[in-house]
Amino acid sequence: MKNAELQKMANEVRKGIVTAVHGAKAGHPGGSLSAADMFTFLYFEEMNIDPKNPQKEDRDRFVLSKGHTAPGLYSALANRGYFPVEDLPTLRHLGSYLQGHPCMHIPGVDMSSGSLGQGISAAAGMALGAKLDGKSFRVYTLLGDGELEEGQVWEAAMFAGYRKLDNFCVIVDNNNLQIDGPITEVCSPYPIDKKFEAFHFHVISIDAHDFDQIRAAFAEARATKGMPTCIIMRSLKGKGVSFMENSVDWHGKAPNDEEYAIAMADLEKIDRQLEAAE
Amino acid sequence: MEEKKVKKIATRESYGNALKELAEEFPDLVVLDADLAAATKTSIFKKAYPERHIDCGIAESNMVGVAAGLATVGKIPFVSSFAMFAAGRAFEQVRNSVGYPHLNVKIGATHAGISVGEDGASHQCNEDLALMRTIPGMVVMCPSDDVEARAAVRAALEYKGPVYLRFGRAAVPVINDRPDYHFEIGKGSVVREGSDVTIVATGICVDSALGAAAMLEAEGISAEVINICTIKPLDEELIVKSAKKTGRVVTAEEHSVIGGLGSAVCDALCKSYPVPVCKIGMQDVFGESGSAAALIEKYGLDAKGVYQTVKGFLS
Repeated sequence: MKNAELQKMANEVRKGIVTAVHGAKAGHPGGSLSAADMFTFLYFEEMNIDPKNPQKEDRDRFVLSKGHTAPGLYSALANRGYFPVEDLPTLRHLGSYLQGHPCMHIPGVDMSSGSLGQGISAAAGMALGAKLDGKSFRVYTLLGDGELEEGQVWEAAMFAGYRKLDNFCVIVDNNNLQIDGPITEVCSPYPIDKKFEAFHFHVISIDAHDFDQIRAAFAEARATKGMPTCIIMRSLKGKGVSFMENSVDWHGKAPNDEEYAIAMADLEKIDRQLEAAE
Repeated sequence: MEEKKVKKIATRESYGNALKELAEEFPDLVVLDADLAAATKTSIFKKAYPERHIDCGIAESNMVGVAAGLATVGKIPFVSSFAMFAAGRAFEQVRNSVGYPHLNVKIGATHAGISVGEDGASHQCNEDLALMRTIPGMVVMCPSDDVEARAAVRAALEYKGPVYLRFGRAAVPVINDRPDYHFEIGKGSVVREGSDVTIVATGICVDSALGAAAMLEAEGISAEVINICTIKPLDEELIVKSAKKTGRVVTAEEHSVIGGLGSAVCDALCKSYPVPVCKIGMQDVFGESGSAAALIEKYGLDAKGVYQTVKGFLS
């Protein structure tokens, strides 16, 4: 896809995130918005998937280890055609299939997740399964930077590095904020790059909102043999919505009606800017 | 008098043997261990099928997650470690990564209960049945001997969904070696008929219950013994039927009396046919170091201990 198309789609994904969280009156917009470009790139360009056949055997797999950013994943899946975009506001409602955290009953969701640190292990298991059977699918997993404080992440990193799972790609959404504040003021996981290097990962650092850099990083990951890849993407929490940007307050809070209107106006303004740029 | 020699084998060994025996029939079977293959006896499988044995190192939480991932791509993973670590340390991983998505992961937990022996309380897991029972959709099994352990491993492989299997460290008598033996998940069996009291037992306590029943018979007390391998789903019908006949129930397990077989039996009885129940097991205490036999005797889980408790309960 052209970058301009990806940017437009990412903006649609962001609108879906804000709409879903507003509809739920709860949820996690900040980290969903920081990863919106990544969700878009994965589902619209990078991964071998088929929305008409979500269980396709040789598909690439994605595990949202930072499962609380389900609105981002759901919005990308809906916009990709796995289920209707109109269902997004039912997020977290009793009776809705759109559970608060990713659940395998949802079309396109490859693994239930939400308890931090667990998704990366399941993703490593999928990658190992491909290796055992000589299959060529790739496995991607997205972690938060705060999530790196979970010990299980490093058990999984040790496992994947030791097993040389070069079909495995860990992405870290480095927006620098977690619930209690900046990650440097809670229990800093820095240096993230050196840690993954020590666990025998090929490490690539990029700007999370630059599609050229995202594309190049995945090409490099695919070309890397004999070791898994970790893409550390420096991102802006709440990206695209003025009052949510780089604000820890918007980690896990829903906008009220007034805030929702401002958020959508912000995103519509981005639409107009993208159109004007063409 | 001719002394009858009883064949003894530890159920962890039965587990390792069964995995190896079933490997050809179930090509998707893979075995994961956490640096304990020699102790859990998955080393038997590893020796025959090294490419299907994945040692995850001393990292049980990750191991359970890796098994979950393997299950999503069509493998049938058996996760092995001591019960303390498989059900205890990795409880939340089993709950969220295996139980919630109802994945086809089997947990083969060895060294359960106080028969771990000399290692002491830190390694004697008397809580695993309670923990695993609370996970929706989890099948929980605790075989009583070699025959049942091997049958349970096969049944777990044939069943689609999460299963917890509990095995022991110590060699135990083979008690189910008979031509009409039949194993089915969720089905208990009356291994001795009686009319005065029902002893519902699981794991190594089935043999103790049979021994106790023989001692009680010498005193004119007729005890019915029920072997419950599947603690969840429980064979409630069989237990209620026996309780209606005898009017009193004793449960016996190498586990805490809180949350295990005893609690499951009480849940079943109070629903449809409440009768007095006496629970034999670890009475809300930790174990300690000692030989398996000495510990089993000290905590009243051997035939003599069961006999004494049943007698006290009836008087």
